[in-house]
Amino acid sequence: MSPAKIWISYYTMLRKEFVRMVRIWSQTLLPPVVTTGLYFIVFGSFIGSQLQAIHGFSYMQFIVPGLIMMSVITSSYMNTVSTFYFAKWQRNLDEVLVSPTPDWVVIAGYVSGGVMRGLLVGTLVLIVSLFFTHLIIYNIAVLLCAVVLTSVMFSLAGLVNGIFAKGFDGISIVPTFVLTPLTYLGGIFYSIDQFPPFWRAVSLFNPILYIVNAFRYGFLGFSDVSIATSFTLLIGITLVLAVTALVLFKRGTGFKN
Amino acid sequence: MTNAVSIKNLRKTYKTGVEALKGVDLEIAEGDFFALLGPNGAGKSTIISILTSLTTKSSGEVKIFGNSLDTDRDKTKTYIGVVPQEFNFNIFEKVIDIITVQAGYYGIPRAQAIKDAEPILKELGLWEKKDSPSQQLSGGMKRRLMIARALIHKPKLLILDEPTAGVDIEMRRGMWDFLRRMNAEGTTIILTTHYLEEAEELCRTVAIINKGEVKLHETMHKLLEANGKEKLENIYVDIIQDSNNKTI
Repeated sequence: MSPAKIWISYYTMLRKEFVRMVRIWSQTLLPPVVTTGLYFIVFGSFIGSQLQAIHGFSYMQFIVPGLIMMSVITSSYMNTVSTFYFAKWQRNLDEVLVSPTPDWVVIAGYVSGGVMRGLLVGTLVLIVSLFFTHLIIYNIAVLLCAVVLTSVMFSLAGLVNGIFAKGFDGISIVPTFVLTPLTYLGGIFYSIDQFPPFWRAVSLFNPILYIVNAFRYGFLGFSDVSIATSFTLLIGITLVLAVTALVLFKRGTGFKN
Repeated sequence: MTNAVSIKNLRKTYKTGVEALKGVDLEIAEGDFFALLGPNGAGKSTIISILTSLTTKSSGEVKIFGNSLDTDRDKTKTYIGVVPQEFNFNIFEKVIDIITVQAGYYGIPRAQAIKDAEPILKELGLWEKKDSPSQQLSGGMKRRLMIARALIHKPKLLILDEPTAGVDIEMRRGMWDFLRRMNAEGTTIILTTHYLEEAEELCRTVAIINKGEVKLHETMHKLLEANGKEKLENIYVDIIQDSNNKTI
């Protein structure tokens, strides 16, 4: 396939995903905005107003980056895991598999769909947060790199989950029992500096802690962990997931006999 | 002339241990209208699935218009249009989107695909429905939508896996006329069907497979002549029963 045709195929996947996302906006865009809006009201305004400042920032300012990142992580992951699994289940994945579109373009198409939804939801949550606090941006480059890499990483993770999923249970187990606990324990609502040494050490094994902190650094200019470590982890995990997805596609695991 | 399809000693054993194909040899000439017949589980869909790269063969050689599935897979894919047995489009998408998205996967821009889709959809009686979600179509229309989708990139080889299953007689005859025209214009067609009068009516060559082996490969004319112009259905039943008895 020539580069021009590859681009058309990739754009087709992206356009299809955008149309789907907008068509069912009440399922794809609205729920995370409502949920995080409630977090802002309950935790940020009601409870947060009773709490001390963290690193010189109000509690509301502290949780905004984490809540944006939580919606980006969940939306990116859920988008690819559900679209890929449904395409597999409905067998319309065959539409692209019988075509000359290379595997890496199919992967890029699904991942870009997840990134698109993750970033769109993240932007909407950011807009909602402006009703509760003012925007502080310390380093826009760190902020953008962190959010884009995170959405790529979790879109890839969702795709790998979708490839292995054999039923509807298979697409909900990881988000419910792995992703959600890791996210809630990933430093969105607190700084690990407030923890006793043992729990601080345990928290350092949670990759989401590094992601949330990298993003928070972009907004507020401080982080509980090293930014270099955060980006090394983000890039490393993303590369491993990309190679895994490519190998699974080449083997046809989960969707070819 | 290069054969449209050349299959040599094709074998497929699934992970479950089921041996679906036990060394199939088939040559399908360019421009042919070819019937691939056999009972359920004979291996027809496995052959189609391998030709369209949806199933990986265990061994053997497959060439599409002289291009090997092993070394020129992308090229072979550009030659093939496939109409599967089951509806496999997204039921929430509009008819025109299903067609243009399929075209996009072959590198055809959307604007061009809309132009190309118009005569196909008009001929298949779907143009008026182009903006309807596909779930609103009748069963026959859904079948025709899958044919339109398979034709949007102008394939040289059209593979139809039971395209008229569940379609009323009038619509079926309309589809026959359409397929005849496609074939007359040069498209090679492989058809699997359980309606043997359909195969007899349309196809010039027939292969009957049973339990993963080709039991007969003959031109329709010669087959009917050799059997005293008996109906294909009777010949088919004899061949299948005979091969089942030998197996027992």
